[in-house]
Amino acid sequence: MCLTCGCGRDEVHVEGEVHTHADGTIHSHGHGHEHAHEHVHTHADGTTHSHAHDAGHRHEHAHEHLHFGAGAAGNSVPGMSQARLVQIERDVLSKNDGYAQRNRAALAAKGIFALNLVSSPGSGKTTLLVRTIELLAGKLPVAVIEGDQQTSFDAERIRASGAPALQINTGKGCHLDAAMVETALTRMAPADDSVLMIENVGNLVCPAGFDLGEAHKVVVLSVTEGEDKPLKYPDMFHVASLLLLNKIDLLPHLRFDVERCLANAKRVNPAIEVVQLSATTDQGMADWLAWIERGALAARKQRLDQVASLHRPDQEVASLQRRVAELEAQVARLQPR
Amino acid sequence: MHEMSLAESVREIVEETARANGARRVASVRLEIGALAMVEIDAMRFAFDVVKRGSLADEALLEIVETEGSAWCMQCSKPVAIARRGDACPSCDSHQLQVTGGEQFRVLDIQIE
Repeated sequence: MCLTCGCGRDEVHVEGEVHTHADGTIHSHGHGHEHAHEHVHTHADGTTHSHAHDAGHRHEHAHEHLHFGAGAAGNSVPGMSQARLVQIERDVLSKNDGYAQRNRAALAAKGIFALNLVSSPGSGKTTLLVRTIELLAGKLPVAVIEGDQQTSFDAERIRASGAPALQINTGKGCHLDAAMVETALTRMAPADDSVLMIENVGNLVCPAGFDLGEAHKVVVLSVTEGEDKPLKYPDMFHVASLLLLNKIDLLPHLRFDVERCLANAKRVNPAIEVVQLSATTDQGMADWLAWIERGALAARKQRLDQVASLHRPDQEVASLQRRVAELEAQVARLQPR
Repeated sequence: MHEMSLAESVREIVEETARANGARRVASVRLEIGALAMVEIDAMRFAFDVVKRGSLADEALLEIVETEGSAWCMQCSKPVAIARRGDACPSCDSHQLQVTGGEQFRVLDIQIE
């Protein structure tokens, strides 16, 4: 594995690809690494081929190989000289946020309503997704990006329910990032005006800080967990727009205080919306589906407005000319006589 | 341990800047981490020690400037200090708080040679 970030270079991959690196070296992520290695490509049609690269070969093809992160490390040169201070003042997450903004723009242009589903492992995210897809069938197309450390079990479950799904394995990685999602989006190309569900790695900590370009983060909490989870993991509940309290059919068998749980969630995020549901009995599912349909409708409307404005250049020009005239009048008023 | 990938981003920013300034090595790196930035400082130190190896920042000292979390209390109508999300106002115990600071996570500056 790669020690630089935990999500090992050899281990982060999108389904349908296998990379075997012959040299087995530990090195930083990136597209500029230089070493001999061998690739085995398994294509969608099932054919497999392999080929070797000599040392010195440079990768610049993120669309074929999912190596996330920085370029190769340089060598430090020992020696003394005058130290200089260089101001940077840059957000550490600025690179991820840049990818996220690109994803958001690409999704908006296609009218896609994207949700980033986060929770601890075992909250019932995949079962909930499968049921959601079944109930939305014929109404709204749904595509799914599945994030897990290993296996493509979840993507297979989703596909069995009739929706296209792409699995991203993060290897040792604890969260999806915006660059991974960008690559997945290029690969799967969800339909216009569809819903994109991104099921993040089961983890209530790390995914909170990484914007993927989604419209909303949706946090799933099941009643078999504790009602104090929103206080134990406040960051996640703070960044989520919607809390889905899942498995409520089990409430009669548990000592779970729903009111206290929701009060805790509101404490860290007064604006959080809540839907209580069960993906196995369908209780509350209608509210969740309505929430999705409202968002999907708004995303679609935004796309159509965008298209309409592009197709009416005369009106655009007229509106801009009016605006220019207004601003000129304002400037004239402000100028001293 | 998302601090590992955050540390990786720090190293990218540091190396990019160091190269652009013709540095042979980075002597120190100063980070600002807010109390509400979702970054565990000990984990960040550990992760940076790992990712800096073999880079221009191989021997760089890491200095972390910690900034307090702050919020506007709607009940008291005044700014208050908070240590983490979900904390109550230290004066009136209300949770009607709007976070105003402590979310920053930035590379402030580096010393290069």
